[in-house]
Amino acid sequence: MEKLINDFSFGLFFWQILLFVGLLLILRKFAWKPILEAVNNREEGIKNALESAEEAKKEMQNLQADNERILNEARAERDGLLKEARQLKENIIAEAKNEAQTEADKIVAQAQATIASEKKAAIAELKNQVAGISVEIAEKMVRKELSGNDKQLELVESMLEDVTLN
Amino acid sequence: MQKSTVVKILLIFILVFTSTGLFAKETKKEGEGGLKSEIKAFIDHHLQDSHDFTLFSDKEANSHFGFPLPVILWDNGLKVFSSSKFHHGETVAEVDGNFYKLYHSKIYKTDPAGTINYDEHHHATNVKPLDFSITKNVVSMLLIGLLMIFMFGRLAKSYKKNNAIPTGVGRFLEPLVLFVRDEIAIPNIGEKKYKKYMSFLLTIFFFIWFLNLLGMTPLAVNVTGNIAVTFALALLTFLITNLTANKNYWGHIFWMPGVPTFMKVVLAPIELLGVFIKPFSLMIRLYANMTAGHVVLMSIVGMMFLFKSWIGSPLSFGLAFALSLLELLVAALQAYIFTMLSALYFGMANEEAHH
Repeated sequence: MEKLINDFSFGLFFWQILLFVGLLLILRKFAWKPILEAVNNREEGIKNALESAEEAKKEMQNLQADNERILNEARAERDGLLKEARQLKENIIAEAKNEAQTEADKIVAQAQATIASEKKAAIAELKNQVAGISVEIAEKMVRKELSGNDKQLELVESMLEDVTLN
Repeated sequence: MQKSTVVKILLIFILVFTSTGLFAKETKKEGEGGLKSEIKAFIDHHLQDSHDFTLFSDKEANSHFGFPLPVILWDNGLKVFSSSKFHHGETVAEVDGNFYKLYHSKIYKTDPAGTINYDEHHHATNVKPLDFSITKNVVSMLLIGLLMIFMFGRLAKSYKKNNAIPTGVGRFLEPLVLFVRDEIAIPNIGEKKYKKYMSFLLTIFFFIWFLNLLGMTPLAVNVTGNIAVTFALALLTFLITNLTANKNYWGHIFWMPGVPTFMKVVLAPIELLGVFIKPFSLMIRLYANMTAGHVVLMSIVGMMFLFKSWIGSPLSFGLAFALSLLELLVAALQAYIFTMLSALYFGMANEEAHH
């Protein structure tokens, strides 16, 4: 201990304090502050870059999920549309069929009606002609029958016979 | 199998070497007395600060290679002169009618003949003027300071270009800066308050480490093994700790919460003592570790010259080499421990109450 105190040099102590504090101040201004700041900035930068990469990854995943969803939606929509179209086609065909059927039925009915009326008219005319022809024949026959006096008399007699006088 | 054989052979060799070495030492003890004390004096001298920067010296030719440093004394006015006037303690320097002599690395005021008076414990009783000399240690500190400003200044500048990626020596320094921040400052002080202590922690870490490493060079400076230096560093830690301490810290010292009143009274002086013991331990730890390292290393190097045998000297060399590697580790370790404990004390001073 005595040796330590004896060895102690106040001058050296003085210079040590002076030099060290001076060194500390100079280094703080010109070295430590810029170094620590630069390192800090770099670390912040790396941290930020990592964070933004992570974010980009997440966004990418979101985007992918979105794409998947949109694709699925589109697919569903397409399927729906196709289904609807098929339905529509079937409907149209069925409707057309129905319409055609009713039209055909109508035409047939009309034709039948026309045929019937034509038939009636034809029958009526036929009747008239038959009647006319019959009258003519009868006329001709009568004329021929009654061409002699005796025949006329005969007829009158027959008719008179038919007439019963009560 | 092979490995263990190698180990066995090595062990046998070491045993033989050490025994013959010891034996050689025993037989030559008489003749080695002078060299031994010379080595001891050399080590003692090396551990001390010095007023000139001696690179190496030749005792037989009595020549020194190095350069003198300015001596600054306060003795009824500022006296500045070159340390070459002392001629390595051999002559008395005369400045403005006053006479000074260098004795055991200290400057004493003497008469023109350079007489040193002693008390009964063989301590010099001459007047010691206030010595503000730029000594070898001060020069070393200046050197390291400039080196740090240069290196870290460049590191700071290198961030401005090249996408904030350090280049050159910065690639080595940046992880160390981050180590101090992430392993020392943040765990001990806390995420919120570590920033204001960063400058001190970084400066003290690199300052101590570089000075420790400089001590490992053949320049043979022993700055961190000087009590005045470690005292100054510990004092700064002490001041920063207590000047930035919060209420909670002082509360724990003078009026420990959660214990009976009687215990509070008992604990207060103990805690108060702790405030001073903490930086004191910092001071002694660094001083003792670095001094011990230098003493052991230089003693083993000295053994090389003592043994003078073809087995003992190479063994000493191997030992010195291994110890040098260990000292490199210790250099970093002591810097780490000093910084770590400083951070721990700052953390204590800033702890928030959590009961």
